[in-house]
Amino acid sequence: MITGFEYPELRIASTLLAQAGAKPAMSSPAQPEIPAPLSNLKIQYTKIFINNEWHDSVSGKKFPVFNPATEEIICHVEEGDKADVDKAVKAARQAFQIGSPWRTMDASERGRLLNKLADLLERDHLLVATMESMNAGKVFRNAYMMDLSLSIKTLKYCAGWADKIHGQTIPSDGDIFTYTRREPIGVCGQIIPWNVPLVMLTWKIGPALACGNTVIVKPAEQTPLTALHLASLVKEAGFPPGVVNIVPGYGPTAGAAISSHMDIDKVAFTGSTEVGKLIKEAAGKSNLKRVTLELGGKSPCIVFADADLDDAVEFAHRGVFTHQGQICIAASRLFVEESIYDEFVKRSVERAKKYVLGNPLNAGINHGPQIDKEQHEKILDLIESGKKEGAKLECGGGRWGDKGFFVQPTVFSNVTDEMRIAKEEIFGPVQQIMKFKSIDDVIKRANNTSYGLAAGVFTKDLDKALTVSSALQAGVVWVNCYLAMAVQYPLGGFKMSGNGREMGEHGIYEYTELKTVAMKISQKNS
Amino acid sequence: MATINGAVENGQPDGKPPALPRPIRNLEVKFTKIFINNDWHESKSGKKFATYNPSTLEKICEVEEGDKPDVDKAVEAAQAAFQRDSPWRQLDALRRGQLLHQLADLLERDRAILATLETMDTGKPFLHAFFVDLEGCIKTFRYFAGWADKIQGRTIPTDNNVVCFTRHEPIGVCGAITPWNFPLLMLAWKLAPALCCGNTVVLKPAEQTPLTALYLGSLIKEVGFPPGVVNIVPGFGPTVGAAISSHPQINKIAFTGSTEVGKLVKEAASRSNLKRVTLELGGKNPCIVCADADLDLAVECAHQGVFFNQGQCCTAASRVFVEEQVYGEFVRRSVEYAKKRPVGDPFDAKTEQGPQIDQKQFDKILELIESGKKEGAKLECGGSAMEDRGLFIKPTVFSDVTDNMRIAKEEIFGPVQPILKFKNLEEVIKRANSTDYGLTAAVFTKNLDKALKLASALESGTVWINCYNAFYTQAPFGGFKMSGNGRELGEYALAEYTEVKTVTIKLNDKNP
Repeated sequence: MITGFEYPELRIASTLLAQAGAKPAMSSPAQPEIPAPLSNLKIQYTKIFINNEWHDSVSGKKFPVFNPATEEIICHVEEGDKADVDKAVKAARQAFQIGSPWRTMDASERGRLLNKLADLLERDHLLVATMESMNAGKVFRNAYMMDLSLSIKTLKYCAGWADKIHGQTIPSDGDIFTYTRREPIGVCGQIIPWNVPLVMLTWKIGPALACGNTVIVKPAEQTPLTALHLASLVKEAGFPPGVVNIVPGYGPTAGAAISSHMDIDKVAFTGSTEVGKLIKEAAGKSNLKRVTLELGGKSPCIVFADADLDDAVEFAHRGVFTHQGQICIAASRLFVEESIYDEFVKRSVERAKKYVLGNPLNAGINHGPQIDKEQHEKILDLIESGKKEGAKLECGGGRWGDKGFFVQPTVFSNVTDEMRIAKEEIFGPVQQIMKFKSIDDVIKRANNTSYGLAAGVFTKDLDKALTVSSALQAGVVWVNCYLAMAVQYPLGGFKMSGNGREMGEHGIYEYTELKTVAMKISQKNS
Repeated sequence: MATINGAVENGQPDGKPPALPRPIRNLEVKFTKIFINNDWHESKSGKKFATYNPSTLEKICEVEEGDKPDVDKAVEAAQAAFQRDSPWRQLDALRRGQLLHQLADLLERDRAILATLETMDTGKPFLHAFFVDLEGCIKTFRYFAGWADKIQGRTIPTDNNVVCFTRHEPIGVCGAITPWNFPLLMLAWKLAPALCCGNTVVLKPAEQTPLTALYLGSLIKEVGFPPGVVNIVPGFGPTVGAAISSHPQINKIAFTGSTEVGKLVKEAASRSNLKRVTLELGGKNPCIVCADADLDLAVECAHQGVFFNQGQCCTAASRVFVEEQVYGEFVRRSVEYAKKRPVGDPFDAKTEQGPQIDQKQFDKILELIESGKKEGAKLECGGSAMEDRGLFIKPTVFSDVTDNMRIAKEEIFGPVQPILKFKNLEEVIKRANSTDYGLTAAVFTKNLDKALKLASALESGTVWINCYNAFYTQAPFGGFKMSGNGRELGEYALAEYTEVKTVTIKLNDKNP
C-alpha cells in the first residue's frame, strides 16, 4: 500500500529538480507541460467574506499585501478585527441553527457541493496558481502542480466522506438500545498559515464542511488572496450563506478574537508552536472550545549505509529545500551513518548548488524568496549561529540579491546536536547534516526534541525500517521517501508539534462530536 | 412517505416542483452488440435475439446473443485488464473514484435517453424510470466514487515481535447477473462497488431488458475506463448466466433474481471454483400495521409498497398484516387507493402502472389471482387483466387472506395486495417470520417500544419503520434466510468486493 513514488506531486518534484540539472533519483517521466502564469492577473477579491457577501472592515482599516520576490505591494485588503469576527460568528451561528438549509441538507448533497467547489477550483487552476505564486513567493510550477492539485484532491476526498461518517449501534448491557451519531461540532474557527495557504485552507474547510460545520477562516496576513478567491467559489458553488466566512487580518487581533470567542465551538490552527500554545490557552480560558493544532517540527531524516544513496540524497534534499524550506515537515535534521557520511555530504552539496534563484513566476526559476523580512532575518541569524558554533558551511550561507527576501540554498556538515541549527526550527533553505554510528544512538538522538511531526528513514533492510519507524516519535514516518503527501492519510504531531490530526478518516472525526443515544426498551434480544 | 431514493424530493428551493422531464421521441437504439474490451462484438454463434416493448408487444430491436464462447472472450479481457501492473491495477484509488464520478456525470447528461430506453424495454412509467431508477443509479455511482480511496486495511497489535497489517484487495474478475425489473439500477448496485474496489466485471443483463446496460457500455468507453474493465454479454440465463456462474476464471458472482435461480447460481459456483457469491433473491415481505399507526401514512405506504413497479419488486409488501381494530378501515381505504391507480401507457405522465414484463409473468400472476379467489380470499377489486390490452393487470386487492393461502405464501411479483388480520404483537411476529424469505419488513406504529421490538424481532435484512421502499445508497440491503447472501450498497458492499490479506512480518528480536 506504500506507493509514495506514485504521487504526482513527487513526480513533479523530481522533474522539477531534473530541470535544475540534477540526476533524477528515480525514473522520471517526461516533464508535464504547464501553461505560463497569467501575465495580467487582476485581484478581484480583497474584502471580508461573510454570509456570501463582501464587506468592508468595521474599523475602515486595510492592510497591504506584498509580493515577497519584489517587495512591492500587490493590493490592499480589508483588515478584519474583533468586530468583524463577531459579525462572521453571528452569520456562522445562524447558518448552523437547527432547521437551517445547511443542517437539513442531505449529507450526499454536502458532498456534491464540495465536489462542485473542487470543479470550480480546477476551472480557475491557472489564475489561482498565479496568485499563490505571486503572493507566497512560490515557484510557479510548484504552485500549479503541487498546491493546486493537492487542494483540488483534498476537496474531492472530503466530498466522498460526507455521507460516510458513520455512527455505530452498540450491544450495551441491560434492556437498552444504544447508538452513536457523529454530529458536526458547530462554528469552527480556522487559522491558516502563509507557507501553503490554499492547501492548508482546503485541509481545514474540506473536513469541516464534509461533517456539516460552519467556518470562520482567518488566512495569514501575508497571503490572504487565494483564500478570498476561494470564497467567491464557495458562493458560486451554492453553499448557503454563513456556512463559510473569511476574515483576513492579523493574529493578535482577528486570530485572538477567534481563539477566545465564546461562541466558536472549535479552533484549528496551523502555524508556529509558540502561537499554538497561545491559541490553546485562549481556548481554555474562554469556552473550552475543541482545539486542533499543526505546529512546528525539527524532523529527523535518517539515512543508513545500506540505503539507495541516490534516492536518499534526493529525497533528503527535497525534504528540506522544497518551498525554500518553509514547510513544517522539513527534514531539517539529517542523520547519516558514518560510513557513507562524506559521500552523502558531497552529493548533497552538489545537489544544493544547482538552483536558479529569482522571481518565482519566471520560467527557469526554481527557488523563490522567503515570505517576509522577519523570516528572512531569522534565517540569516540562524545561519550565522551555525557558522559561529563550528558547523562546516559547505555552500550558500547568506542573502541572495539585494531585492526580495532571498536566501542562498545552504548546506552545513559536521553539525552536532547542541548547535542552534540542530535544535531550532529554521523554516528556510538550510540543510543540517549530522553523523551517527548505531541504530540505538540515532533513535535516541532523533527523539531528543520537543517536536514530533515527521521523520524519514532510508534503508533497504526490512527489519531496520520497521523497527525505526515504530521507535520514532513522529506523526508520520516516511520510509525510503519524504514529503510523500496524499490526502488519504492523516498528518499531525506527537509532542509539541500539535494536537489531533488532519486529513484521512481521522482528520474527519476531528470535526465531529460523538453523541450516544441509549434507549430503554421492553426487552433486549441479540 | 419516504420516497424511493429520495428521488422526487429534489424540488427547487422555492418549493415549486421542477418542470417534468420528457421522454425522447423516436429514440434510435444504437447499441445492440456484445461489449468486450471497450469494443462492440458480434456473437460467436452469429445468433441474435429480439427485445420487446411490453406495452405494445412490438419488437424494439435485435441484440447479439452471447453464449459460452462470448463469455470466455469477455473473461479473457477482464483477466487481462486485472493483470498485475495493468493500467487498471496501477491507477490511484482516487482516480478510480474520479472515473466513477465521470460516469455519473454522463448518466446525468443522458438521463432522458436512458429513462426512455428503460421504459421502452421494461414498460415502467417513464417518470419512475427518470426519478427513481436513474436517480438511484447516479447516486450509487457517486457514493461509491467517494469510497474508492477509503477502503482501508488495518494494522493489528498481534502477540509477539511482528508487524501485522491487512490489505483490502480487489477480488478479481466479477460476474454480475442482473434482473429485468430495475435493469440499470441493479447493474449500478453491482458495477459501482465492484469498480470502486478495483475489480473487473463481466455482466449479463436480463434477456428481457438488455438495452440500458449496453448503452452504459458506450458511456464506460467514453469515460475512459481501460479496456476489459467492464464487459457486457447479453443473453439468456441457461447459456450466458450458466457460463458465468460456472466459469473457473471468474472469482466472484453477484446475482439478483429469483430464489430458484439463485440456488442454481450458488450451486454452480461451488461446483466450479468456489467463487464468492452474493445473491439478492425473492421476498414475501411482511408489512405490519399496528392500530396506533398514522393510518393515512400506512395505507399509502403499503399501497405503494406492493403496487410500485407493477408489483415487480423483490421488496414488495405482499403480506400486509393489519391489527384487527383498524382492519376494516384499512381495507376500505386500500381499495379506494387501488381503484384510483392510473394504469396505462407508461410514457403518459399520469400513469402509475404499466404492463407486466412478459407473457410468462403475466400468466403466473393471473394464475395466483385465481388461486386467491378459489381459496376463499375476498376479492375487493381488480382480479383480472385489463380488457383489450396486452400485459396489463388491474390493481388487485384481497382481504380476509389467511396464512395458508398461496397468495400469502408465494411471491406474486404482480399488482396484487393480500391483506391479513392480526390480534397481538407476539402472534404477528411469529406469522411474519414464518417464511423462508427474509428480505424486508415494514412496521407502522407511533409507539417507540413496539417499533424497536419489531425491528429486532423480524427476520429480515431491512426493516422500514413508518416508511417503505426507503432505499439509500448509504444503507446496506440484502436478505436473511433464502432471500439472499451478502449485502449490496453502503460500506458493507465493499466487503463483498474485496479479499482481505493479512501480512505478518517477523522482526529481529535483537533490534531495539
